[in-house]
Amino acid sequence: MRDLTERALDTATSLGARYADVRIVRRHEESIAIKTGRVEGVASNETEGFGIRVLVDGAWGFASSHVLTGNEADRIAGEAVRIARASATALREPAILDDRPPAYGRYETPIDEDPFDVPLETKIADLLAADQAAANVKGIAFTESMYAAQREWKTFAATDGSFTEQTITHVGSAVEANAVDGDEHQRRSYPDSGGGWQAAGYEYIRGLDLAAHAEPLADEAVELLTAPQCPSGRFTIILDPSQLYLQVHESCGHPTELDRVFGTEASYAGTSFLTTDKLASGFRYGSELVTIVADATAPGGMGTFGWDDEGVAAQAVPLVKDGIFVGYLTSRETAPRIGRSSGGAMRADGWNRIPLIRMTNINLLPRPGMSLDDIVADTDDGLYLAANRSWSIDDRRLNFQFATEVAYEIKGGKKGRLFKNPTYTGITYEFWRSCDAVGDERSYVMLGTPNCGKGEPSQTGHVGHAVPGARFRDVQVGVGKW
Amino acid sequence: MNDDRARHALTLAERALDAAMVDGVTQAEALVIAEDEALTRFANSQIHQNVAEIDVTVNLRVAIGKRIGVASSGRTDAEGLRRLAENATAIARVVEELEDWAGLPGPTAVTPATAGFASSTAAASPELRADAVRQVISAADDAGVTAYGSFSSGTETAAVANSLGVRVAGTRTIAQLLTVSMGPDGGSGYAEQAAVDIDVIDAAAIGREAAGKAKSTANAVSLDAGDYPVVLEEYAVVDLLDMLGYLGFSALAVQEERSFVEIGKRIGSDLVTIVDDGHDPAGIPMGFDYEGVAKQRVDLLDRGICRGVVYDSQTAARDGVASTGHGLPAPNPWGPFPLNMLMAAGDQSRDDLIGGLDRGLLVTRFHYTNPVHPKLAIITGMTRDGTFLVEGGRIVGPVKNLRFTQSYLDALACTVGVARERRTLRGFLGGVVVPAIRLEAWTFTGTTEH
Repeated sequence: MRDLTERALDTATSLGARYADVRIVRRHEESIAIKTGRVEGVASNETEGFGIRVLVDGAWGFASSHVLTGNEADRIAGEAVRIARASATALREPAILDDRPPAYGRYETPIDEDPFDVPLETKIADLLAADQAAANVKGIAFTESMYAAQREWKTFAATDGSFTEQTITHVGSAVEANAVDGDEHQRRSYPDSGGGWQAAGYEYIRGLDLAAHAEPLADEAVELLTAPQCPSGRFTIILDPSQLYLQVHESCGHPTELDRVFGTEASYAGTSFLTTDKLASGFRYGSELVTIVADATAPGGMGTFGWDDEGVAAQAVPLVKDGIFVGYLTSRETAPRIGRSSGGAMRADGWNRIPLIRMTNINLLPRPGMSLDDIVADTDDGLYLAANRSWSIDDRRLNFQFATEVAYEIKGGKKGRLFKNPTYTGITYEFWRSCDAVGDERSYVMLGTPNCGKGEPSQTGHVGHAVPGARFRDVQVGVGKW
Repeated sequence: MNDDRARHALTLAERALDAAMVDGVTQAEALVIAEDEALTRFANSQIHQNVAEIDVTVNLRVAIGKRIGVASSGRTDAEGLRRLAENATAIARVVEELEDWAGLPGPTAVTPATAGFASSTAAASPELRADAVRQVISAADDAGVTAYGSFSSGTETAAVANSLGVRVAGTRTIAQLLTVSMGPDGGSGYAEQAAVDIDVIDAAAIGREAAGKAKSTANAVSLDAGDYPVVLEEYAVVDLLDMLGYLGFSALAVQEERSFVEIGKRIGSDLVTIVDDGHDPAGIPMGFDYEGVAKQRVDLLDRGICRGVVYDSQTAARDGVASTGHGLPAPNPWGPFPLNMLMAAGDQSRDDLIGGLDRGLLVTRFHYTNPVHPKLAIITGMTRDGTFLVEGGRIVGPVKNLRFTQSYLDALACTVGVARERRTLRGFLGGVVVPAIRLEAWTFTGTTEH
């Protein structure tokens, strides 16, 4: 690997690059998809290649190839420099990178049971058992279950002498039951609709124990067909971690990406309401119970690594502290513009994509004192919402609307009957300011999403979210006509 | 170059197929996708990201009786193909049988989609893209606004070889320029053009369209949520077709009872006709699908009536019909997908559509849409980059963005005007050709601050 990285960097430098970095990435993926007891697809995918990023006269260029040879490294380095020179013809502010110590070393996701060593038959059988337990429930129209594992071997080198090697492993799995009656289609899933995902080995999949959860959730899917429509109005709501993690993702993770604030995602994903003046002024993002951190060192998180894709060491960066907005997700180029050093959030989706500012593990920290059950018991009248069903938020991350798979009525501190088709909506900072209870460690769980989209060409990111449950007051529930 | 790329890809597919046909394997299919993509991205009126990629993927599907294994790899040397075959076969040996496995598709008469390739796009350079970006920026500068966007050009060669004799290969190109212009007073505008031939993209015109809209949306005012008649510009109509394609126009969605489609049922007004046609030169043509099956034109909605859905080989076998050539790469639990949707043009001008609004809204495009209730096609999302109040048939002024929660089926049912001009745009998975439309009602359910 070193021969190829050195050759690519030498060529880029000799052609005029003031800075260059190169990543060689090999990715191995395995997936199992089951529908209603039928193994629809088992697939294995391997991809390998390298990408060279160069800075020439303050302008960026990037080129990549799947051919791992010295001659191709020369050619691709030359192409990257040519692209950078084309970029320079439409440049107004040259890119400047912050200083960081050269990065050296090796990182590997700690795992107990290598998912790629577990026999395929075992993994299929485990998933089939869960799927069939759900499919056997009377009234279920179809079930969908998935398992996936991904391992990435990544070598990073830069012209400042940095050289790191990382091996990162992610696994995920889910079971979902669907009930259909006429125009009504209800589903319940576990751990949530996108699956439970962690940086871990197969021990995480065993720990999910999908089979034990399958039948009860299928029962709920059937029950939802005849459940009353979720009422509309202003309600106290409690969000289960299976929904709250996505609320954090959309309304805190994305708006704290500093590239969005500076407009570099404006034409696609949008910008952010968290402009830099709000950092200086101590903007109140949420109630004093709300503390959110971007922690690339959190155990099990899919945003956990040794170094980001600019060679910046993993770290924990406070974003919201006791309700006050205090920080961003940053890169070496953006951080100096707010007088800070990179927080190490540059991540690329494979060898053929440039690193972008991405979430690491955006975690809502638990508050000692109340378990999630305690919060329910403390709620006289409200709704408990679980498992995301749909999500949408405006291009500055203010107006959001979520739907969940299920709502449970809360009366007198107890969860009661089900409501179908629950939705809730709000404005980000008003919503987080209405938070008056955050669960303690007992409901704090690491979840995440493997399909966070950003960038052009599109990139899919694996990000983590550790959250407990939490309560919010006076929230608009029940949107639209049903 | 087009023929050379296709020949090379087909040769690679045949080598992979040879490697796969080992003892016990009853059928095999090799799909090769070779991509040469580049994208120049700009923000704050300068190029800030500029990338290129060369990639090839070999996707191998093997069958041992009714046991199916799929593996893919970027390695194309003999050892890589041997390992790929081993991986796919190892999977096939351990999975459960698919009782209704229909087998791989046989050869079909593929008509090459020659209109889907332009050598100018295949040869597009970073300098050409930078020149176009400078034209967009110049238009923004002239209007006193700032330009953001991207200009991409790409060549995709697909080749399929299977053990039943399928041998097809083809190369297609696509270029897309999109831009958002933003002004100092909160204005925002959007414009986009997609084409097979990069030379037909008019960067200066795209820049002027977005910049002009950004100026006209400055100092937008708040409007209460509620039901309003609307005119949806083409950029918004794309989302209707994408969502309906994703949620309902697939045979698998019908077979799983999650689709709104019932053949013969009226779901749209007489003005709504939607087809999928991989050979219509107005779109982004492709001659065959990712199973190597010839693409058929499929009438999805004919004057508001459900007429058909798209099939791949597996869903077609289940219904006892022929595949329409809409298969995606295996394994594919999502089912077939319409990749070349076109909505029929109407007879109205854009001014006619707006003139038909007594009091309503003109919407440029949608942002971050997502199904709230898939079977009813209830979608939520935001407006973006140009929302205007129209009174007495005339644009009164810009309004701040609104959230909607709306059944797209209801939208089709209340379509009362369709423009005669159409745009070719890039949809969720393929090229989409759409006109602007006028609807009697659209349900806006929330507001935001910009």
